[in-house]
Amino acid sequence: MGTLTHLQRLEAESIHIMREAVSESERPVMLYSVGKDSSVMLRLALKAFHPSLPPFPLLHVDTTWKFQAMYEFRDAIPGLTGMELIVHRNPECIERGINPFDHGSAVHTDMWKTEGLKQALDAHGFDLAFGGGRRDEEQSRAKERVFSIRSSQHRWDPKAQRPELWKLYNARTHLGESVRVFPLSNWTELDVWQYIHAEDIPIVPLYLAAPRPVVERDGVWIMVDDDRMPVDPAEVEERQVRFRTLGCYPLTGAVESTATTLTGIIQEMLLATSSERQGRVIDHDASGSMERKKQEGYF
Amino acid sequence: MAHATGDLAATDIEAYLAQHERKGLLRFITCGSVDDGKSTLIGRLLYDSKLVFEDHLAALEADSRRVGTQGGELDFALLVDGLAAEREQGITIDVAYRFFSTERRKFIVADTPGHEQYTRNMVTGASTADLAVILIDARKGVLTQTRRHSYLVSLLGIRHVVLAVNKLDLVGFDQSVFDAIVADYTSFAEQIGLDGVVPIPLSALLGDNITARSPETPWYTGPSLVEHLETVVVDDERSEGPFRLPVQWVNRPDLDFRGFAGPVVGGRVRPGDRVRVVPSGHDTDVARIVTADGDLDEAVAGQSVTLVLADEIDISRGDVIAAADDPPAVADQFECHLVWMATEELLPGRPYLLKIGTRTATATVARPKYAVNVNTLEHTAARTLGLNEIGVCNISLDRPVPFDPYEVNRDTGGFILIDKLTNATVGAGMLHFALRRADNVHWQAVDVDRDARARLSGHRPALLWFTGLSGSGKSTVANLVERELHALGHRTYLLDGDNVRHGLNRDLGFTEADRVENIRRVAEVARLMVDASLIVLASFISPFRAERQMARELLGEGEFVEIFVDSGLEAAEARDRKGLYAKARRGELVNFTGIDSPYEPPEAPELHLDSSGTVPPEELAATVVQHLRSAGVIP
Repeated sequence: MGTLTHLQRLEAESIHIMREAVSESERPVMLYSVGKDSSVMLRLALKAFHPSLPPFPLLHVDTTWKFQAMYEFRDAIPGLTGMELIVHRNPECIERGINPFDHGSAVHTDMWKTEGLKQALDAHGFDLAFGGGRRDEEQSRAKERVFSIRSSQHRWDPKAQRPELWKLYNARTHLGESVRVFPLSNWTELDVWQYIHAEDIPIVPLYLAAPRPVVERDGVWIMVDDDRMPVDPAEVEERQVRFRTLGCYPLTGAVESTATTLTGIIQEMLLATSSERQGRVIDHDASGSMERKKQEGYF
Repeated sequence: MAHATGDLAATDIEAYLAQHERKGLLRFITCGSVDDGKSTLIGRLLYDSKLVFEDHLAALEADSRRVGTQGGELDFALLVDGLAAEREQGITIDVAYRFFSTERRKFIVADTPGHEQYTRNMVTGASTADLAVILIDARKGVLTQTRRHSYLVSLLGIRHVVLAVNKLDLVGFDQSVFDAIVADYTSFAEQIGLDGVVPIPLSALLGDNITARSPETPWYTGPSLVEHLETVVVDDERSEGPFRLPVQWVNRPDLDFRGFAGPVVGGRVRPGDRVRVVPSGHDTDVARIVTADGDLDEAVAGQSVTLVLADEIDISRGDVIAAADDPPAVADQFECHLVWMATEELLPGRPYLLKIGTRTATATVARPKYAVNVNTLEHTAARTLGLNEIGVCNISLDRPVPFDPYEVNRDTGGFILIDKLTNATVGAGMLHFALRRADNVHWQAVDVDRDARARLSGHRPALLWFTGLSGSGKSTVANLVERELHALGHRTYLLDGDNVRHGLNRDLGFTEADRVENIRRVAEVARLMVDASLIVLASFISPFRAERQMARELLGEGEFVEIFVDSGLEAAEARDRKGLYAKARRGELVNFTGIDSPYEPPEAPELHLDSSGTVPPEELAATVVQHLRSAGVIP
């Protein structure tokens, strides 16, 4: 055969990373966020350990505020793959009814996602967690290691990260420390879409344009996904929209689009003028905000 | 527009995808400092390949006004400077990876800083690069740092080098300036074994010869930088050479399937190929090459696959499956280049973990033969290596490992060293050759063995390791124990700091490195004596856990008895029989344990004795003897 394509090389690297991670940890887990990156990561895991099932469960850190279509998609995964899916919801958030409308996006994200993730990892004693982060997503991620060591408090110390040479990853930890592993580190958004296209990987239909009920909030289209959203019925419009990233529906901006097919959205992305994370409310606070979140334990 | 798409993405997306799914991948590193315009070059590559989105661009414009160095003009360097703190300081202090793609290739750029603390970062970035772009400021020519970068590129085995002569706009695009720099550099590159250097005249700031040939340099007939990066052939090299697959994971879903998962890091393999499993040395045939997308007729370097073999052979993680007619060598002692990456210096003699391929072993590094001054390339004498230093050392492992010389295969010849206590990656190395000594020194099998000698002595051999501060009472207790054991008719020998330091170790001082070597020698001598069936009493401050652990690992199960003689610093200093604490307090004695050098107390000693003065030493000695009785060392 001839030379490998960039997708073949990226795939081989991700598989290598996953096999190393599994071999050098006691209790690995794969974070599953239901988004397109998770879909790709899951497919790579199924490939890496074929014909065995991946020797780890999936973990969804739920906020109860995801799109309904995401929950439907997620709940089909164990049946489709044969893998175990653990769903964790921060009980404190349930008790206090934490939501983005009353508590704001920062508190909502911190309590449900950051704290929820720490709780789930601690409760199950996971010492290694795969995440779908990519270096091209955001400036501070460009320097993130593939194997990233977190303290027993799940903190990320940018000064104590280990150099990564050749294919050699050092996953050794002390008791209580854990490792976050990013098999998609070297993938770009375009690579992810190309791979989904080439491999025919199922994705949540929200990525494709369809008529959906939306309201405008701070210049962003927000989909009214259920009746928990405080809206005046008069302000809800139906528009042909899709989502470039998926998260909690009240915090995820929709874009107007006519792209109803996978190739259509890749085409739109290729001709797009703004970056993927722009639709995410959490990044907008200030330059460097993702970096702070990471130090606090956000994936 | 977001990507360098041409019109195809707009007019025929299916054709576009078909074309782009066949693209190749090139990983390269850029070497140079901010002053050479390195960040500007990378920013320019991202910008010209339309990878800068409008929201990024808006942030860039704002940043350019706030902290930019281009007088409010777009400062491309700001596109690639990562973490917030660094961005304010105007330097990058780590390796950052950037991505861009063109019609023909996807690129992964390792961006590393060019300032003094560069070695660790550059070596890291270079380890995965196929090509290096070495930047030179046309106004300054070949500088010390150019030599430094080029040496590291050559050390890491990068075979493709672009000499990017930048800022040519500032010398009026003068061909003679370019030619002089190229001639100067080429003669230097030949000395360090870099050949086939491709020189390109550039202005990263203005975009000349970046994506297309510039009208400003009509005298230049070679490719633009991007053209060269798109077309340079690198993939085939990986598939040349003999087949290698380090086993990562044994795949056993059920009793009927047993596969060996790993990356092909050299050559190619087909079903039916004869392979050898190293280090065990068994030969067999490849039965299947399994992937989730179906069995393959051939796998080449760069792929991750699972092999099923024709015969049932015991294979585990760390083994290498290799071409049977050209397998890797197996050895436990090597000469290597070692790059030190930690703030704590290398301690020759201390055991570290070494990871090569998928195998981890315990390694000790001998005192460096020499260090390399990366600025002058001179060899200098060295007792150790500090952060960012490079040396040539012998390294020995606790078990044989398969390897190829690094020059032949990076993935079977490159290794990292890990500190056993902190788990930090402290060094990276490149194996060159196995030392002949490993082949020639065979263990002499003997008829009279340890058990036979033990039967004759009437007791089991053991090493009693007394550790504690100077003045804690180690030697006092050890003396009493030896006297008691002798009275009971057992054969003993006492090693202590004083009798060893006057002879065997008189060449050693009290630096951290020398202390490690001191204990290593003592442990080895004690091991021989234990082998001779003695009960050895070693009384040494031995402040570092790692060395006590090393001594423990030299001996058999149950033979090492760690005795922590714990007086506390106050009691030890109050005794101060030799007046050493007083001297240390006055600053006349440096590296004194407990004062200006740390003591790491044992975490799980066999015995922990309170020698602060509340219990008489005779009673402490009796505790030790009682322990030996209950442990079955003496009857």
